[in-house]
This record gives sequence, C-alpha cells and structure tokens, in this order.
Amino acid sequence: MENLTIAAISTALGQGGIGVIRISGEDAVKIADKVFKKVSGELLCDAKGYTAHFGYVYHNNEKIDECVATVFRAPHSYTGEDVVEFSCHGGVYITKTVLRTVLDNGAVIAQSGEFTKRAFLNGKLDLTQAEAVMDIIGAKSSAAAKSALSVHEGALSLKINEVKDELVNRAAHLCAWADYPEEDIPEIEFEALINAIKESSYKLSDLLNNYDRGKAIREGIDTVIVGRPNVGKSTLMNLIAGCDKSIVTDIAGTTRDIVEETAIVKDITLHLSDTAGIRDADNAIEKIGVDKAKKRLLSAELVIAVFDASTKLCDDDLDLLSQLNGTNCIAVINKEDLDNKIDIEKIKEVTDHIVFMSAKNSTGFSDFEDAVEKIAGTDKFDSSSAVLCNERQRSLAKNAFESLSEAISALEFGMTYDAVTVALEESISYLCELTGERVTETVVDNVFHSFCVGK
Amino acid sequence: MSIYFAGNYDVAVIGAGHAGIEAALAAARLGCKTAIFTINMDAVGNCPCNPSIGGTAKGHLVREIDALGGEMGKTADECFLQMRMLNLGKGPAVHSLRAQIDRRKYQDVMKHKLELTDNLDMRQAEITDIEQNNDGTWTLTTRMLAQFVAKTVIIATGTYLGGKIFIGEVSYESGPDGVFPATFLGESLRKLGIPTRRFKTGTPARVKRSTIDLDSLEVQEGDVPPVPFSYDTESLGENKVVCHISYTNENTKKIILDNIHRSPLYGGKIEGVGPRYCPSLEDKIVRFEHKERHQLFIEPCGLDTEEMYLQGMSSSLPEEVQIQFYHTIPGLENALIMRPAYAIEYDCIDPTTMNATLEFRDFSGLYGAGQFNGSSGYEEAAAQGLIAGINAAHKVMGKDEFVLDRASSYIGTLIDDLITKGANEPYRMMTSRSEYRLILRQDNADERLTPIGYELGLISKERWARFNEKQRLIKEEMKRVKHTTIPSSEKLNEILVSRETSPVEGGIRLFELLKRPQLNYKVLQEVDILRPDLPDAIFEQVEIAIKYEGYIKKQLAQVEQMRKLEVKTLPADVDYKTLSGLRLEAQEKLNRIRPANIGQASRISGVSPADISVLLIWLAKRSQEKTTTEVE
Repeated sequence: MENLTIAAISTALGQGGIGVIRISGEDAVKIADKVFKKVSGELLCDAKGYTAHFGYVYHNNEKIDECVATVFRAPHSYTGEDVVEFSCHGGVYITKTVLRTVLDNGAVIAQSGEFTKRAFLNGKLDLTQAEAVMDIIGAKSSAAAKSALSVHEGALSLKINEVKDELVNRAAHLCAWADYPEEDIPEIEFEALINAIKESSYKLSDLLNNYDRGKAIREGIDTVIVGRPNVGKSTLMNLIAGCDKSIVTDIAGTTRDIVEETAIVKDITLHLSDTAGIRDADNAIEKIGVDKAKKRLLSAELVIAVFDASTKLCDDDLDLLSQLNGTNCIAVINKEDLDNKIDIEKIKEVTDHIVFMSAKNSTGFSDFEDAVEKIAGTDKFDSSSAVLCNERQRSLAKNAFESLSEAISALEFGMTYDAVTVALEESISYLCELTGERVTETVVDNVFHSFCVGK
Repeated sequence: MSIYFAGNYDVAVIGAGHAGIEAALAAARLGCKTAIFTINMDAVGNCPCNPSIGGTAKGHLVREIDALGGEMGKTADECFLQMRMLNLGKGPAVHSLRAQIDRRKYQDVMKHKLELTDNLDMRQAEITDIEQNNDGTWTLTTRMLAQFVAKTVIIATGTYLGGKIFIGEVSYESGPDGVFPATFLGESLRKLGIPTRRFKTGTPARVKRSTIDLDSLEVQEGDVPPVPFSYDTESLGENKVVCHISYTNENTKKIILDNIHRSPLYGGKIEGVGPRYCPSLEDKIVRFEHKERHQLFIEPCGLDTEEMYLQGMSSSLPEEVQIQFYHTIPGLENALIMRPAYAIEYDCIDPTTMNATLEFRDFSGLYGAGQFNGSSGYEEAAAQGLIAGINAAHKVMGKDEFVLDRASSYIGTLIDDLITKGANEPYRMMTSRSEYRLILRQDNADERLTPIGYELGLISKERWARFNEKQRLIKEEMKRVKHTTIPSSEKLNEILVSRETSPVEGGIRLFELLKRPQLNYKVLQEVDILRPDLPDAIFEQVEIAIKYEGYIKKQLAQVEQMRKLEVKTLPADVDYKTLSGLRLEAQEKLNRIRPANIGQASRISGVSPADISVLLIWLAKRSQEKTTTEVE
C-alpha cells in the first residue's frame, strides 16, 4: 500500500566495503529507532534532516553491526519522504540481517524501483522520467503475460493455493454459518476448525523455513575459506573454482586480501572468499588481511576451514577452531596424501562435516561436494518443490502465517468466531496478494520491476 | 383524452415501496417539495414477501437507516410481533436483529407517516413516461396524461416494472400481490437510453392458520425482553406471537422432482435471473440433491389475519402441485392455501451505470433505488432509497453529494458493491460482504452514523442530545472500568472458576476481567459493587470495545489504508482508451463503470494491479501538469 514505510538494500549485493539499507516513509525514523541505538543514547526521532549518527544495529537485543545512520527529513530526501539510511559493513550476511530486522519492525520490503516511484509521485522527478515509468509498466505487463511460470513459482502457487483454498473453505463455512443462522448450515466444530488452521499454519511455516534453504539454490551461499597460512586454501579455492585466481606460492601469507570467486558445486552456487591465512601476523598489511578474514568468518553462511593433515594442530589452528563454534562449517583436512599427524578429535568437537582430501591431487573432492550439499540442506531439496522466491513473498507468507497464529490464539483464548474470521480472512488476503489475486499497491508496485532497487 | 399540466416538484419518487418511502421522507424532511407516486394507494409500504424486517446483515441496515434518521426501524418497532436477535453467541459483529411484523399495520403506519409529512404529496398514478427537458428538469406523464415537472426523479419501481407472475404453466402481467404492474415506464426508459434486464424473485404460499396443526410443531419464541431497532424506541412491550418450525421430507422431494418439468424456471419460460441466496424449494431440491430435508418457518402475517407465511418454501410450480407438496409437510397435511406461491419477473437496470449517489451517470437528476437497481430485500431497498432521497434533495439545494464509503456502513458497502461490481443476480446484503464487520456492528450504528444524520438535518435536536449523553456515559463507564480494581475474594474466584477461567491472586482490574471471553458484565455484577445503574446498551459498548480492542484496532488500520485510495479521485470525463499502458479489458471496464476514485477502480473485476499503477502515475502526472499550468 501507498504510504507504508518501505526498506531495501540500496547498494549492490556483494562484498563491498559498505552496505546501505534505506528506509523510506512516514514511519522510517520510528522504525529506525527500534533497531538502531545511538552511542550517545539519543533518539533519531529527535534528529534533524541531513544528519549522521553513529551507533549499533540490534536484532533481538543482539548487536549485529556498528553502523552510521543518516537521517533525511521530508521533503528533503530522495523519495521526498522521511528517509533513514543505515551504512553498515558490507557483505551479504550483515546487510541482509539488518534489512530483515528493519522489516520485522514494521517496514515492508521495497519493490524494484519503488523508491524511484515514490520520488516521482512526490514530485521529485520530472515528467520525462514519468513517461519512462509508464513505458516500463506497459512493457512489463505484456512481458509478464508472455512469460511462463518457472518450476518453482508454479509449485509455489500450487502450494499457496492449497493452503488458501483450505482457509477459504473454512472462512466460507464461518460466513455461511453466520449469515444463514436458520438454514441448517452445519455447526462449526471447534476441533476441526482449529486443526485445519493449524495444519495450514504448519504448511506456511514449512515454506518459511525452507526459504533460507531455497535461497541457497537461487542466490548462492556466502562462503569463506579459512585456515592458517599455507594449509592450501588457495589451492582448494582454485580446485573448486576451476581456475588460478589466488596467488599460490609456498610462502606463508601470500594471500593478503579477500579473493572472491563464484563456483558451482552440485548445482549450489558458492560465493567463495579466500582469505589471508589466520595467524598472529606481525606484518602490518598482513594483519589487516587477517582481521578481515576473522570478520568474514563471522558473517559467512558457510565456512570451509582448512587444516593440514601432515602437521599437528598448532596454536593458530586451535584459535581458528574456537572461532568456528556456531558456524556452518566444513573442515577440510588437506594434504591427506602426506603423513597423517593431525588430532582429528579436536576438530570433531566443532563440526560433523569433515572431509579428507588433497587439493593438490584433487582427491577427496567428491566427499567435499557431498558435504556442501548436505550442509546447504539441498540433499533433501527437491528442485521442483515449492519455494518462496524473494523477500516480498517471504514477508507476505510471514504475515499470512502470523494472521493464522492470531486466529489460533483467538480460538484458544475462547474468542467468538467473528474475531477468528477476521484473522482468517486477513491471512487469506495476504496469500491472495502473494499469488497476485488481490489488488493492493504492494503487488501493483511490482510492475516497477525494471528499476534497480534503491534508486 | 388530453395532456394536462399537474404541478411542479423538487423531487418526484416513482414507487412507494420501502425504497420510495425512505427516499420521499428524506427529501421532504430536507425541505424539498416532494411527490411520491404509487400505482395503488393500498400498496404503500407493502411487504409482498416475508412479514419480517431485518435478519442477518439486513438488521444492520435497518439500524443504520435509523441512525441516519430513516423510518424503517421505527415503524418496524411499532408493528413488531416478535423480536429475535440472531446469532447470539457467534460474536457481536454478526448479531442481527429481526422483527416479525404485522404486515398490514406496517403499511397503515407507514402510509400515515407519509401523509403527515410536510412538503410531501402522495399521489396514486402510474407513471408511463419520463423525459428530460432542455433545462435539465424532468417531465413525468401519468396514465391519465397528467404531467408533472420535477427537478429530480427517483425510480423505485420494485417488482412492478414490467412485472410478470409465473405459477406453473400460467403466467400473466402483474405486480406483486395481484396489483397491476407498471407496463409503460420500462419502454420509456429504454427509449431514453437506459437498457433494462430481467430479474426474478419469488414468494411462498400463505396458508390459513386454523388449518395448520401448530401443536405438533416445534415453537420458536422471541427474545425476552425484545430489543427494538430504533434508537428512538424506548421499550417494546412483550412479544405477541411465536413462530413454528417444520421440515420437508422424501415425499415433498418426490412430488417436486416428478413435476419439475412444469416449473417455468426449469421449463425455460422465465428468462430472469433469480437469487442464489433466496432459492425456491425446487431450486434447493435440485441443487442439493442429497439433502434429506429442508427447514421451514411458519410465521404469522399479522394479529388481525389468519394468513401464515411459509418461510423457505417459495415455488413457481403449478398450483395443484403446490397443494400436493405443501401437504406432505408435517403440520400442513390439511393446510388451506389462501394464496399460492409464485415467481415474479421484473425489469431492472445495471447499477454500474450509477454513481455512489445512486444518480445515473449519464442522466443528471435521475436516480434509482431498490430492486430497480438490482438488489433484493426490503432493507436493501430502504437503504438505497434513503441515500437517493438525500442526494436528490442535495442536488436540488445545490449541496454536496452525500456518499457513505465501505468503512462507514453496510449501506456504503451495499452501494459500493452495486456500482463497482454490479449485480448478476438480485443482490442481498450479508455480513460476509463487509471486510470491516468488526467495526460495522449493528450495536454501534448510532455511533457511526448519527453524527452524520444530524449534520444532514435528519436527526432531531432531542435525539442528538440523547445520543451525546449516551456517548458521554460510555466514555465515563470505560474510564471507571479501566480504573476499578476488583479485590481478590473467594466470591470472585468462585465466579472465575465456574466460568472456566483462571482464578486470581490479589486484586485485578475490572478491565482485565472483561477482556476474558468467558466473562461479561452480568457474571461480574456481584463483585463489581460500585457499578453505576446504566442502561445495558452502555455496558454492551464498553464490553465490546474492551474484548475486541485488538481486532478493532486492526480493522481501523485497514480502513485507514482503504481511505487513502478512496480520496484519489478520478476525473469524470477521462476517456480511458487514451491512456496508454492500460490493458484493453481495463480500458473498457473503466470506461463503462467510471469509478469515482482509485479505491473503487481497484475493486472492479478485470482491472489489474498494473492498471491501477498506470492510473496512479497518470493521476500524479496530471496533477503536476495542473500545478505547473496554474503557476504559469
């Protein structure tokens, strides 16, 4: 809907130094205050336009990242509305977490081009640009009419319709029961009703849980390769990526910065970063690389920790192991072709996914591939199953799920069915929005697809 | 015979059924010189179908009409025989009041009120022709060739317009209850350029009370005490009658199926579209083949008549088949049928050609209301009549259009549905038609609409004062409930446990207790010792506001969103064919339905989200250009 507060990541997704999350709309500052705490303790609500504030972004009271919040006051902003921009550390994981926190606190995900559209509607753009927008809508709708649904989308709408149809049936019964009290409409059975709603809510929650897993297939996994210097990280990376990108030498500390590569392992896209070997560095430049590596380790979705089979675990290894707790981690015991001296038990304490291989000789790679597939959850992932494809779908499914939770708690609390029906219908309308059956501006705005998000 | 000039009016109302009555009363009360025409002075305010007013969602409409200063609720109260609040226990949003009424008395009372109203002339005449004059006024010609000139005209012809009755193989031109139909006006409208179409409805037989074995039947009592419709009615006295319930059986079904080919509907004689929501018995039996029995209610038509109405048993089968199947029903074995059931087909128009004021878009000063607009039901008709009457008067007086939106009322929802979605069958109001039903309750119609009625000038000063006093008391009681703590006591916990809700340690706010669905004002009386002596209506408002607070808030937020789109007005003169980017279907629909704003446009089927986006951009662009031109 118009005038809802929207948010999106407005820098390119990737490993840039800074990621910007833009929030625009009436409640932009209010929402920003919910997730951002200024170091000085002051509220952004009290801040003037064109001011920048240093502080931290929190997710459920947990610090996500340090961040600079820039406040723009309407009409002096890109969109002409109140705008807050969070500049935090770059990287897919952090920016996405910040965005999700913002969304969970009342903003809705901005559609492609929506900031631009608002800018236009608020008189911030000229007519030429307006004409361009019109063209895009025209082009988009005819293109959309022609384009076939992807396998995933088809399965998704089947799944959503299955849930929706069940809910619509229940709601229709409730309505008939209320509208025709004297016409022999079967009584509403509490147990059957609550069970049906619960069943639907499980289905939605499955979809929501699968979102991250599905995302792995669509968007790829942010992966970092770590290990102390010279255990063979770069060799491994080259093996995975199939080319020589990292500078491979025998001198420890050769890789001084983060090297990025995209590779496909068993249909799963890995966004690989090779890092400087983690060790107590004495070289200043190398130290920067090491610090970065440590940070990346925390933000990555998948960590590939490389160890040298031919040596005992050293202090740097142990230090690394201590940082791996809580991460999705595959331990690669490299150089298995050499004498095996490593203490494998210590590694087992940290991860179940241990692969022995020799990157140099390309042995053990299929074990590695299996491990990636397993940890990405895709070994059980049927590519034709229903998947929520993007943040918009996720947030609608989440709203539908929450409305159902409300319906369930209303029933459990003993509320009358008229209140239950309202929650139920709300859930249905979110699902309709998801499948594009309801006219709301949220769906409408999707036609602005061709504009890059955030501009 | 020669044409003669018979008089000038501000507002002329054609038809004196439920729509025409409210229209004429509103216009006259707002100060317009008004005429109401009826084919038969004895048919004013007739209830040719069920002898009852209200029912699910319709009860909401009656309360809303009353809150705005209409007459239906008051008259129903005066003529009530039995009152029932339907859906008790299903939640306040779907509570609906229904009155069994004395049908003849209702007509008499209504007619007398019309007669006593200043500025209002009642005239028995069939209008055969209407024409618009060059100055925008309308000339109405009667069958006797009298000509009236009116600034505005409201057509509320009900089932009279081209009315045709069907009973089995027999059919003849007729209005309801054997009154003759309006035969010429339909042609006049078509000549004017207003296409008409055929709808159908029906009514069951009336049977003689003393020939029904009522003692063998289940009794349906009224509420004690009965609750009135009108906020003006102080008390009703006692219920005067009971209703009875019986059921059809396999024999009924067999007789109907054996003779189904003789039904004009199934035999293909009726071209009109009937309501799915109010099917004939043969419809029910054919469509729900496996249902063993169908319920019927036996309702008295009045205190001074032996005629009984068989609710749920309408039919258009031949008379002798009717006799056979009615006699299969327990209690009706020997029933004497005084009037047979019949189906009636009539002319109506496509309401998507109207504005929300119920004025035809292409005919300034011409309005329609009720079944003429494609609705069904007395209450739906009255609601439209009231709105059309107010708007016709406003037009005459040069005042603003009066429109109620969906979030304000069932009346607004009804009209919005009619003008944006149209009617493929006679439109009946239902609670499920309103997306805002937790706030559009029958119990708060006064709070929602009486301030509007007062502003319009249809609510008296005395009633306005009473209304304000009620609102004050509600606020005060709410404050008390929020600030009152009920100390913990054995008595309190006894009540809580007996209602299957958790006992408390220490004191608890009254407010918190009332939040619990298991508790209410009544059960807490004993522990709420400082409770002031207030009318139940006050407690009801406070309790609902507390119990449903979260839901109400949510709905109010939805309303807020909706209203943002309603204020984005679309110009009346745009040719949507010239808007590039709109899909062809949308161009055609928008050109035909001509929504007044983006909200309405978004509810038209066939107008897609992408089309709405195009409209928004176009609107924004247009207003920018306008501003630029103004600056220049």
